[in-house]
Amino acid sequence: MIKKKECVAMLLAGGQGSRLYALTGKNAKPAVPFGGKYRIIDFPLSNCINSGVDTVGVLTQYQPLILNDYIGNGLPWDLDRAYGGVKILPPYQRQGSADWYKGTANAIYQNIGFIERYDADYVLILSGDHIYKMDYDAMLRFHKEKGADCTIAVINVPIEEASRFGIMSADGDGRIYDFEEKPKQPKSTLASMGIYVFSKEKLVSYLTDDENDPNSFNDFGKNVIPKMLADGQKMFAYPFSGYWKDVGTISSLWESNMDLLGKNPVLNLNDTTWRIFSRHETRPPQYISADAQVVDSLATDGCEIYGTVIHSVLGSGVKVMPGAVVRDSVIMSDVVIGEGAEVSYCILDSGVTVGKNAKIGKENAGSGKVTVAAAGIAFADGTVTGEGQMITENVKGDNE
Amino acid sequence: MNAAALIFSNIHDASLPELTEMRTMASVPFGCRYRLIDFPLSNLVNADITNVGIITHYNYQSLIDHIGTGKDWDLARRSGGIRILSPFITAFENSASGKVYTTRLEALMGTTNFLSRATEEYIVLSDSDIVCNLDWNDVMKQHIRTEADITIVTVKANSEKEELSNHIHVIRADDEGRIIDCSEYDGEKGNINISTNFMLMKRTYLLGIVRDAMAHGDSHFFRDVIYRDRLSKRFFAYRFEGKYCMISSMASYFRANMTLLDPEFRKGIFEVGNRPIYTKVRNSAPTHYLEGSKVTNSYIADGCVIEGTVENSIIFRGCKVGKGTTIRNSILMQDTYTGADVLLNCVITDKNAVIKDGRMLSGCEERPYFLPKGTMV
Repeated sequence: MIKKKECVAMLLAGGQGSRLYALTGKNAKPAVPFGGKYRIIDFPLSNCINSGVDTVGVLTQYQPLILNDYIGNGLPWDLDRAYGGVKILPPYQRQGSADWYKGTANAIYQNIGFIERYDADYVLILSGDHIYKMDYDAMLRFHKEKGADCTIAVINVPIEEASRFGIMSADGDGRIYDFEEKPKQPKSTLASMGIYVFSKEKLVSYLTDDENDPNSFNDFGKNVIPKMLADGQKMFAYPFSGYWKDVGTISSLWESNMDLLGKNPVLNLNDTTWRIFSRHETRPPQYISADAQVVDSLATDGCEIYGTVIHSVLGSGVKVMPGAVVRDSVIMSDVVIGEGAEVSYCILDSGVTVGKNAKIGKENAGSGKVTVAAAGIAFADGTVTGEGQMITENVKGDNE
Repeated sequence: MNAAALIFSNIHDASLPELTEMRTMASVPFGCRYRLIDFPLSNLVNADITNVGIITHYNYQSLIDHIGTGKDWDLARRSGGIRILSPFITAFENSASGKVYTTRLEALMGTTNFLSRATEEYIVLSDSDIVCNLDWNDVMKQHIRTEADITIVTVKANSEKEELSNHIHVIRADDEGRIIDCSEYDGEKGNINISTNFMLMKRTYLLGIVRDAMAHGDSHFFRDVIYRDRLSKRFFAYRFEGKYCMISSMASYFRANMTLLDPEFRKGIFEVGNRPIYTKVRNSAPTHYLEGSKVTNSYIADGCVIEGTVENSIIFRGCKVGKGTTIRNSILMQDTYTGADVLLNCVITDKNAVIKDGRMLSGCEERPYFLPKGTMV
């Protein structure tokens, strides 16, 4: 017997994240580490469980190994359920055909079976590249109160950034009357957060139409939403005002990590009313040595700090050796920063080793000039790199 | 490894009354994020011993809470896994088992069900007052090589450097390791070999001991079994040479925690081959070191917010160290809150203690000042 689920979430996690390419060479964007002991996908998954949405399909396609391993049976998010829970949904072969996910809409179209299996009335569409805390249940209630066919979560953005987003115009009741994907001349500052609630029947019918349209890109923002609007469906904008950040670029990923710092951080991970869950292996506590200095920073299990860490976020098992200085950087798990090395304005992916007295990144470079090193890269002793570089191969010293 | 295991959770509670008033020895917090049982339990799991019974006596709520389903040790299994063996008392007061056990041997009598239903060939017995990273596979190798009936793991202790309580058993063995004498500690000076009470034997052998003890009214494992049978049976000592500490008093508890500030000791416990120490996952955020914080030579768990100064201290999960506050040579257990301008020196705070602004508390290393669970000063 299959029990009914009122709302099923579909989390789009197949994107390549090409603008983060040094971090997504062997890793899907949603599995990019964040905030010391999290990955980006922890935010939507934790939001789901905190909102009472306990059935989540995760649509994967690009480099799924780490992501699949990370999600596992969903236990860290309480999504290991006898019925429902989190399920990985990769593209698959059918009788007569086999397609990759051609676009966001096509990915959902290929998994209508998943939605129908739970007999869901509503479908929540999420993406795996945003950092935010949001109560989806409140959005679902809004959707039901308005009797909407589709509800789109929106956030006010500065007008100069508006052309990066899908921009909406809505009347006083919140009903959307205009939508433009990445407009050159934005008419409003209400940006789509890429979070949708659909009533199932409407979603299935529009996805089917979209699939039969050979000229469609099979994309929600480009095709499905404008089509529904043109047909006069009831579409509402759900206003959201909390912290929300699209971490699709190096600078925004860096900034979002830095938003965790400060006495009253704009993004607070210690909020017990809305906890963010993550999977992590057991490691010993962090050791701060007698000569170390750690200020305005986050550090987590397994770190050993003998040097100086200022205004930075350290992942688990990071070693900062004596005399090394880490400033304004995001250091992911198991990075070793050698004696006397200086790391400034960097994002170092897991397992990077920085040789003795190396200088990586540039002091006061700013968020636009962050240096990024891919997982497992080794910088030889004494290496010097400039600002704003993407480094995906080992860097040898001058004398090698 | 083809062995089941029994862990004694309460057996030395009396030596640490402050911390075990409300909990078992096994669930005494240790080293920022662990409970003492994590160490023997991880040692078992790392040797693929996955059928584990925990013998309890009283006050074991905190232990049940810590263990949960056992998933954090990978012991939530369909067959085997972890189970809490609560004290076994029959409904009839006048029967032989009408009262809760008082000794190790009596405790084992209550587990005959577990022992006879297990299918593993061997059984491991383990206490929970010793912190170490022990390779049970190596113990097994020696056990088989020496054709021992019982192998007891021993460690070298120096009675002049550390106080030893008299419940400790001193083991004397010949050059091959065969035990020739065992006695309660009587104040002997110098280097002595003491029992960790980690033991390995055939499961059926232990069942034999237990049934024999029931029939003869024996009650003391060392006196009535080991000492009595030392010449007729083959009892061997396995000399454990790794890092360890034994918790037998508040002073030794304090010292053992502080030993974690020694990198060699930490390495010997946490970085031994492929044998990590597991514990319950609490999902805390990373620790936040604020502007103005000054932390040196300290061991710190996740979920803390530190604004003041911390020196030579052990800070458990979720502690708050306020502005202008100095924590020195102290152990703050889970969710301890210190306000502004507090000064602590050689203090142990139990969980959820609150220290208000401006308070100054100090003990000394031999007698650390202890604040019980949830106290507010």
